[in-house]
Amino acid sequence: MNTREKVRVLVAKPGLDGHDRGAKVVARALRDAGFEVIYTGIRQTPEAIAEAAVQEDVDVVGLSILSGAHMALVPKVIRLLREKGMEDVLILVGGIIPDEDIPKLRALGVHGVFGPGTLTQDIVDFIWQALEERQTSATATE
Amino acid sequence: MRRHGASTTELITAAQGGDRRSLARLITLVENGGPTAERILQTLFPSTGRAHIVGVTGAPGTGKSTLVNAMAREYRNRGLTVGIIAIDPTSPFSGGALLGDRVRMRDLVGDEGVFIRSMATRGSLGGLARATDDVIQVLDAMGFDRILVETVGVGQAEVDIASSAHTVIVVEAPGLGDDIQAIKAGILEIADIFVVNKADREGAERTVMALQAMLGLGPRTVVHHGQTMRVEEPGGNTQGWTPPIIKTVATRGEGVPELVQAVEAHRAYLMETGELRQREEARVTHGLEQILREALVQRLVHRISPQALDQTVQRVLAREVDPYTAVEELLHLEEQGEPQAAR
Repeated sequence: MNTREKVRVLVAKPGLDGHDRGAKVVARALRDAGFEVIYTGIRQTPEAIAEAAVQEDVDVVGLSILSGAHMALVPKVIRLLREKGMEDVLILVGGIIPDEDIPKLRALGVHGVFGPGTLTQDIVDFIWQALEERQTSATATE
Repeated sequence: MRRHGASTTELITAAQGGDRRSLARLITLVENGGPTAERILQTLFPSTGRAHIVGVTGAPGTGKSTLVNAMAREYRNRGLTVGIIAIDPTSPFSGGALLGDRVRMRDLVGDEGVFIRSMATRGSLGGLARATDDVIQVLDAMGFDRILVETVGVGQAEVDIASSAHTVIVVEAPGLGDDIQAIKAGILEIADIFVVNKADREGAERTVMALQAMLGLGPRTVVHHGQTMRVEEPGGNTQGWTPPIIKTVATRGEGVPELVQAVEAHRAYLMETGELRQREEARVTHGLEQILREALVQRLVHRISPQALDQTVQRVLAREVDPYTAVEELLHLEEQGEPQAAR
C-alpha cells in the first residue's frame, strides 16, 4: 500500500437524540469511498467532539442531529473547533434541518447541509470537491 | 489532502510544550511515512525509551476497547499519563476504514493526561497498522508514561503486537466459541497476562479453567519476537514469569485495578530480570532490519533503469528466463553499471 495521504473524517452525534442509523449509514458510505472514518457514537458533548477532531487530526467533521437542537449545538462545536486551532476543518451537518436554518448554519461556518433523502454519493462528491478546491486555493496563495 | 502551515520543527516544539493539535499533526505526518516521517522520528529519538508499552489483543467482541478505557482511568487514578493507539482494519476493497473504538472510550475525553488516536491498518496484516511502532515512538517522546495499544480484533495468527509491546494482554470472554480456537496458532504464546472479561457472564469459570488447563500443558516453549526465550517444565513454573489469569467486568471497572497491578508487576519483573533489555534488543533488531530492508530496496530500485526492468519483465513473460535468474541478472547488472559503488 502506498503512502498517499488518507482523508480522515469524524462522524459524530451531538446532543440527546439516540437515532444513529443515518450517521452509521453515512459512516459506512464514507468508508466505502476510501475515507478513514472515526465514528464516536451517540450523545456526544460539543467538547468531546472538538477534542476527538483534534486528536484524530481529521480533515472533515460530520455532525448528525435529528433532535432539532442544531442551532444550539452546531455553533458550540464550531466555536470549540476554532478555539482548538481547527479553523481549516470542513464542517458538514446532516439530519432534520428546516430550510430557513440552512443559511444561518452556513453563515456560522458550516460548509454543507444534508437533509433526509440525500444520496450518500452526493456527500462523498461534496467532500472531494471541497477538499480539492481548498488544495487549489492553498497552492495559489503560497 | 493537507496544507501544512508549520514546519516539523515548530510542530515538535509545540507538541512538546503540550499543544495537542501539533501532536496530532505530527502523528499524521509520521503515519503517512516518507522523508518527513523519517525526519520527525530522527529528531524525537533521543526522547524515546521511557514509556512502558502495553498491547491489548484478543478476538472481536471480547471487550478490548472497554478494557483499555477502564485501564486508562485506573492509570490516571495512579497519577500516570496514558497514550492510546486503537487500531481497526482498513477495508481491502475501498482502502477506507471505519474506526469505532472511541465509542467505548468516551470517559477519557477532556483529560489532558490522556491522548487517544485511532489508526487504520492500511494494508498491514499482523493486527497492527504499518506505522504503529512509529506512532508509539511519537507518544513515547511526548512523555506519556504508559502507552496502550489496542490491536485489531485478532483471531489466531495476528501476533505482531508481541514485537511492539513490553507487556501483552490477551483478552478472552466466555461464550465465544470453541476453546480449541485459541490454541491453534500462537495467540496464547504471546500473552504475558490473560484477561477473562465479561466475567459476570455464564461460562466465565469454564473459560478460566480452559486457560489454566492449557497453561499447565507442557513443556511450553515461550517465544517472543521470534526467539525462544525460555522453556518451562510441565506444570512446574519454578522460575520465570507465569502469565496470571485475571477476571474483569470492564464496563463496571471490576478487576481492573488488579489488572493494572499485574501489568506493573510484569514491568517490575522485566526490569529486575534483565528481560526488558532482551526484549528491547529484539525490538531494535527487528526495527533496524525493517528500515534497512526498505532503504536497500529503495536504493536498488533507483539504480536499476526502468528500461532494464521492463526488458526483464518481458523476458520473464516470454518464459525466456525464470524470475530468480532474472533478479540475479538485475543485481549483477546494477553492480557492473555502477563501478564507483562497488567494493
